[in-house]
Amino acid sequence: MAEQSQLWRFHGGLELPAHKSSSTSVPLSTVRLPSLLTHPLSQHIGSPSEAIVAPGDYVRKGQPIARATGYIGSPVHAASSGTVVEVGPHPVPHPSGLSADCVVIKTDGRDDAYQGYDPLVNYRTLNAPALRARVRECGIVGLGGAAFPTSVKLNTGARLKSLILNGAECEPFISCDDMLMRHRAEEIVAGAQIMLHALETNHCCIAIEEDKPESHESLLRALSVVGDKRIEVVRVPALYPEGGERQLIQVLTGNEVPAGGIPADIGYLCQNVGTAVAVARAVLRGEPLISRIVTVTGAGVVQPRNVEVRLGTPICHVIEACGGYADAARYLIMGGGMMGFPLRGDQLPVIKATNCLLVASDEDIRPRSPALPCIRCGDCATVCPAQLLPQQLYWHTRGEDFEQVENLNLYDCIECGCCDLACPSHIPLTQYFRYAKAEIWSQRRERQRSDIARDRFEARNARLESEKSERARRLAEKTRMLQTGAADPATKQALIDEVMKRVGEKKHSPSEESGNQ
Amino acid sequence: MRFTPIRPPHLRPAVSVTRVMSEVLIALVPATIAYVWFFGPGILINMAVCVTVAALAEAAVLAARGRTALPQLADLSAIVTAVLLAFALPQLTPWWVTATGAAFAIIFAKQLYGGLGYNPFNPAMAGYVVLLISFPVEMTQWLPPAGMDLAGDRPGLGASLAYVLNGQLAAPLSWDVVGGATPLDDVKTQLGLMRTVDEVRSSPLYGDFGARGWEWINNFIAIGGVWLLYRRVIRWHIPVAVLLGVIIPATVFYAADPGHNASPAFHLFSGATMLGAFFIATDPVSAATSDRGRLIYGFGVGLLTYVIRAWGGYPDGVAFAVLLMNMAVPAIDHFTVPRAYGHER
Repeated sequence: MAEQSQLWRFHGGLELPAHKSSSTSVPLSTVRLPSLLTHPLSQHIGSPSEAIVAPGDYVRKGQPIARATGYIGSPVHAASSGTVVEVGPHPVPHPSGLSADCVVIKTDGRDDAYQGYDPLVNYRTLNAPALRARVRECGIVGLGGAAFPTSVKLNTGARLKSLILNGAECEPFISCDDMLMRHRAEEIVAGAQIMLHALETNHCCIAIEEDKPESHESLLRALSVVGDKRIEVVRVPALYPEGGERQLIQVLTGNEVPAGGIPADIGYLCQNVGTAVAVARAVLRGEPLISRIVTVTGAGVVQPRNVEVRLGTPICHVIEACGGYADAARYLIMGGGMMGFPLRGDQLPVIKATNCLLVASDEDIRPRSPALPCIRCGDCATVCPAQLLPQQLYWHTRGEDFEQVENLNLYDCIECGCCDLACPSHIPLTQYFRYAKAEIWSQRRERQRSDIARDRFEARNARLESEKSERARRLAEKTRMLQTGAADPATKQALIDEVMKRVGEKKHSPSEESGNQ
Repeated sequence: MRFTPIRPPHLRPAVSVTRVMSEVLIALVPATIAYVWFFGPGILINMAVCVTVAALAEAAVLAARGRTALPQLADLSAIVTAVLLAFALPQLTPWWVTATGAAFAIIFAKQLYGGLGYNPFNPAMAGYVVLLISFPVEMTQWLPPAGMDLAGDRPGLGASLAYVLNGQLAAPLSWDVVGGATPLDDVKTQLGLMRTVDEVRSSPLYGDFGARGWEWINNFIAIGGVWLLYRRVIRWHIPVAVLLGVIIPATVFYAADPGHNASPAFHLFSGATMLGAFFIATDPVSAATSDRGRLIYGFGVGLLTYVIRAWGGYPDGVAFAVLLMNMAVPAIDHFTVPRAYGHER
């Protein structure tokens, strides 16, 4: 490790209280196996997977139970051995609060392992497609919270300047990546090496926020053992939302990812450190993604801590493993203090994207004070990492002028919530922007639907019109022929026969005429 | 277990409008003390009248609009408007003049546009300009600063109160004795009489680099402004741009003809330059919103201030400059939308 590389700044951002020490002061522990595991078929961004097991089937730990459909997709694996008891809709942890198809497994406690994936210790002899196939078949998705299929991301097409491993973890309350970096640094490095090989890239940068010295030490130690000069550990200032990949890339490289584009467009690829570990396990040990580290924290839980949880475990079971609920428990949030969304109940399963379960008290989450009018102070724009003008967006959203809202690049809003926290008038800006996005989408759908209806209507009118003129033309022709051919009775008779024949045909198929109306 | 639904983000802002406004008021304390030191207690009476009338007017309009008065009065924005207006008035102003200005500022310039956040014009400056046009005599009777022998006795608290209440100076005092032009006014008049700046500045009205007394008030206002910058209540773009907008033309003309143009320092430390730069133009509601827009807006305020001072009909131009630039804000905002992340430069 040479000297620290040069760093840049992203626009805005906030220094937030970390709220991480309560969950990092206790060692990592494992949540014991629950009796029922609920595996939602869609835990990733992309097309939902398709169940390949049926009730009554016996499954082993790590056995695929749903296969990916479509390129942007990911299979799902049984987190333990047992019997499939149900394939059907269950409530899943999603902001919509809706239910989705799940495979429910009654565990037998034996943890019988599925032997379908050979360890690929000599992965260096494999080519990129083979490695991507392994990452895909093991169900690896981004573990930072977005859950985008990793194999798709690894297929960049062009040569990268650098692979960036995101260990910034800037969001308050979340500390699962910090714990992972402290305890599994070797696996992170191994995952980085595998991904460098798969990407045919020679530089990897592991970014860690400055307030995580233990993680930094631990990664440096792991790196010094391996002695891989391609991998560099970079400490970045602790500033929310630096863990956003666009912000992190800007801090590390000074470059901006083009709007509507992806990091690979400018030669970078961002992966979460947890994803690197999952990749390492999938390749080196043939382990599919069946567990993850989850931060359980907040004043509403008795023992805040980080735990390793099998995917599919009910959240109430995880909370129980952390001492259960404290009296102060009032809110249950999946994710952190800025972007986490509320869960309706604790029967929902832990999924691939569950990085944090925040059981918050009224102290952790104070009630919103009533919003005052905007005083145009512009502090929201000062803190906006997307360099937007939240106050103008808010103004036009209130006025339902969505065209102007789009002109002001609403779709570049990452909903980080910085503007909310900077607003002296306490306006729930982020909520307005989510509303505006949803509203624009539904208007667009509405417009598409009415466009289609109008096109149909116009097409029908045109068709009726052309039929009418065709009929008139034919009638005129017949009349003319009858008049001109009146002298010749044979021609006349032939014409009459032809007409009679057509009338007869029409009588037998009345639907043809009425069907055109 | 049932959980309460909630929308992200879950952390709460540490700032509030009330805090912003109270910081502005605190930042004006040193300047107020300096003002009283140089010009007597008149400004305190003006402040009392302004604050009372502004609060009553705000409460009355809110009641008429069917809103509850308390949360909106508690945001202190009406108080800030009142105090800034009091700063702009002559030290001795009859109460009905002051009250008219405060009421106009709150009722017409602020509440009739929809209240806090919706006023296109700076309410304090709107109120001030109405008074300047409606009461030209009362609005141009200024006391000279302490330490000037020619002034005779300055009115004390009693005499000031008496004047404010009935518009008459108590027996031994008269405006002929105590009153005088402000230095900005004096420079304008004297230069009009073809005298040079050096001749004009030999008068005891002038201090080390600006106007006697006023230069210190300006200093303390600037200190208050720097404190606001430090507290992040205001940001640097507007004050710096306003000051540059004054300094640049002042320097150019002073360099070209020092005999007939006041120095940049004189412009900076006389009249309402500092108040305008740090407290008036920085009113976020009526200012431009983006950083670039604020630079343009501030520079416009400074430039117009200089133009009005140098060639306009009024000795000081801050109020007019601010109102004129308020009009330009929608256009400035339209043309200064910042480039969003990842978009073409």
